[in-house]
Amino acid sequence: MATETLTTSAPSAPVAKKSASNSTFARVAKYTGIRILTMMVTVTIGVYLTIMIANMGGYMDTIIRNEVRDNITQSMLANPAFRNLAPDVREKLIQEKIASEIKRQGLDQPFAVRSMNYLRNALTLNLGRAVNMISDHGSKEVRLILLERLPATLLLTGTSELILFFASVFIALSLSRRYGSFFDKMTIAFSPTSAAPPWFYGIFFILIFAGVFRILPFGGLVDSPSPTNPIDYGLNVLKHLILPASAVICSSIFLSIYNWRTFFLIYSSEDYVEMAKAKGLPQRDVERRYILRPTMPTIITNFALLVITLWTGFTITETVFLWPGLGITLYRAIGFNDTPVIVGSTIIYAYLLAITVLLLDFVYALVDPRVKVGSGNSQ
Amino acid sequence: MIAFKNSFRELLRYPSAIVGLLVIFILLGVAVYALVTIPYSEAIRLWRGGEDVWYQNPKYASPEWFNFFTSKKEPLSFLANTADGSMTKTVTSSTADISTVEMTYSFDYTYDDYPQEIILYFSPKFNEKLPFVSIAWYTPDGRKIRIADIAVDRKSSYRFSQDQKLQKSLRNEDVMQALFVDPHAENPTVVKGQYKLVISGTTFEKDSDLDVQFVFHGKVYGLAGTDKYRRDILLPLLYGTPIALAFGLLAALGTSVLTMIIAAIGTWYAGWVDELIQRITEINLVLPFLAILIMVGTFYSRSIWLMLGVTILLSIFSGQIKTYRAIFLQSKEASYIEAARAYGASDRRIIFSYLIPRMIPLLIPALVSSIPSFVFLEASLAVLGLGDPVLPTWGKVIDDAITDGAIYRGLYYWPLEPAALLMLTGLGFAMLGFALDRVFNPRLRDI
Repeated sequence: MATETLTTSAPSAPVAKKSASNSTFARVAKYTGIRILTMMVTVTIGVYLTIMIANMGGYMDTIIRNEVRDNITQSMLANPAFRNLAPDVREKLIQEKIASEIKRQGLDQPFAVRSMNYLRNALTLNLGRAVNMISDHGSKEVRLILLERLPATLLLTGTSELILFFASVFIALSLSRRYGSFFDKMTIAFSPTSAAPPWFYGIFFILIFAGVFRILPFGGLVDSPSPTNPIDYGLNVLKHLILPASAVICSSIFLSIYNWRTFFLIYSSEDYVEMAKAKGLPQRDVERRYILRPTMPTIITNFALLVITLWTGFTITETVFLWPGLGITLYRAIGFNDTPVIVGSTIIYAYLLAITVLLLDFVYALVDPRVKVGSGNSQ
Repeated sequence: MIAFKNSFRELLRYPSAIVGLLVIFILLGVAVYALVTIPYSEAIRLWRGGEDVWYQNPKYASPEWFNFFTSKKEPLSFLANTADGSMTKTVTSSTADISTVEMTYSFDYTYDDYPQEIILYFSPKFNEKLPFVSIAWYTPDGRKIRIADIAVDRKSSYRFSQDQKLQKSLRNEDVMQALFVDPHAENPTVVKGQYKLVISGTTFEKDSDLDVQFVFHGKVYGLAGTDKYRRDILLPLLYGTPIALAFGLLAALGTSVLTMIIAAIGTWYAGWVDELIQRITEINLVLPFLAILIMVGTFYSRSIWLMLGVTILLSIFSGQIKTYRAIFLQSKEASYIEAARAYGASDRRIIFSYLIPRMIPLLIPALVSSIPSFVFLEASLAVLGLGDPVLPTWGKVIDDAITDGAIYRGLYYWPLEPAALLMLTGLGFAMLGFALDRVFNPRLRDI
């Protein structure tokens, strides 16, 4: 949710016990290793839950049974050796083959065993075949359909989240310095606008900049036909990126700035900051070394939470902007009622979330002195 | 109670709280009005009734108040009926069997554009011999245009624009333009003044009778306009208000209260309970919320109440639990808890009567601030095509508008009306939440 309030408590970092090795690198590596392990367990459980939800209506089984039936029927019909058989004999043969194939794949096993098979397939991204949808290269493999869309999604999410993060932290710092000024008050006044999700701003942006002024494209990744020159192509993609990225940024920036500004203000009344100011240190140094540095772990934790809530929002943002990413694929899959693609996207999203958390955990390990020095405490 | 009063008085010091409260009260008023004036079954009938219910409305019509702001006045929609006397009807019997029915309707037309469509719905009464009508059109500048001569079957309608014979005789594919625009003027301008429609019918049986409904589809309609199915958008705007408020309030209440209770239980019992709750929170963090909602919506049911339940379930173990946990850890050590433990209060009593009530000041701002995101979530689901299949909601209107390309076609009123209401709701609760946060959160008070 966009209105996630700031958690002022640092998350419970796993205790990096004092080991024989004193080097910072070893500690960070150990911390990261532990995090990767826990994250793998977490993802496994998360994917298993996803499978349970999807399978409650027996959908997973239907997908696989249909696939088996299709494959066998097609191969039997295509085989000239069986062409001269009487229809009922051939039908019987097909049924027998299907039954044995179902047995071979373990579909007749109890659910507990079967779900483990699904889990293994899902974790190795063996996501089955789509019912109706095909990838741009003509494949029906769900994995290919989804992975082909990943770069576009990463481009949009990466750009907008990085801009959002740096812009809001630095604007918040400068506002906390000019506390009570016009811009400060304006940010407070605007922060309720973050109640609306990015796609909502997207509609307005399309309407204003594409519909009325016609200066930016309505949507898509590149013009059609796309420019052949790589530089022109890049510029064209950038031009298409402006609207969706600014919709994402616009929907969260005021609340982020407000939250971080408040956070910095609380921190800048700490004794050691007052002390640094009294010593006559330049404002810049006070901000960098006395406010930003100790609050960095918390900032990163909150950024992680923001990124996680934003992942959700991208599905619809991409749909509104016709951005050819994962989100619009999921949207189309809903339209086609393409079960394997929907389940597959859910699993891919779970992976993406886990990777996001892991990446930010790694950055956290780099900036949190408790991990580096190794005198950490779990609270 | 006094503390509550004081907090309320303090709250009113913030202009944003007053604006927020005002918006919320207006929305509540609209919600109550909608529920009282439009019963549930009537709302569903008007929203999903089909062409029989919507035929009187024009398609893609802008709201009527657009005319106040534009120099080019668009025609309003109206209807007249011989059955209720809003259209004159005179019956003269010439012989025992044959009689003539003359139906006329005159109206002043002062708009700058021609209408969308004119339709006549005939409801004749006869046994075997079909009545016969000839339709004529009189313009203010004295021209008489013969529209058609037709036999009227049971439940038949006549659409002016779709009569190819008429198109041919007018030498114009656009019948409405030919009927309303001066053919001799250099720039095609609409002739203003009194138009008259004369339908002269003949019936061939003794008890035969003929009634007609004259439906005039202008280019503007009602307070909110219409969509592509001719539905009045005012209905989902009105009826969507109680649904949006109920969804937002219930989801926010369920999520924040349950989160708080779970955090309290976890910190109180500590040990494996706490550990389990923390692990669940971490797993929940990697569960893609919207994707799972989509899965549930596609596989099971799109009912808004199921969505509400799943939303609450998936939002309980959010990052918020960590914030509450940190605060509960502090208040767990407080001396009044120790006192309660000393006199032998049960665990349940301590959690629900001592730990949680102290946290309510923190709960309220978080609750109010989280309402907008849930209101928007309902709209988001609808935009994904997972809106409730039956209920008229704001999100459904936006979804219809986007799927129909309203933005690209310049039908801005269509998505913007529900969007404005969503924004208003979001802003109202967010502004109140901000003020509440400042009142109840002492750390923010000076900032």
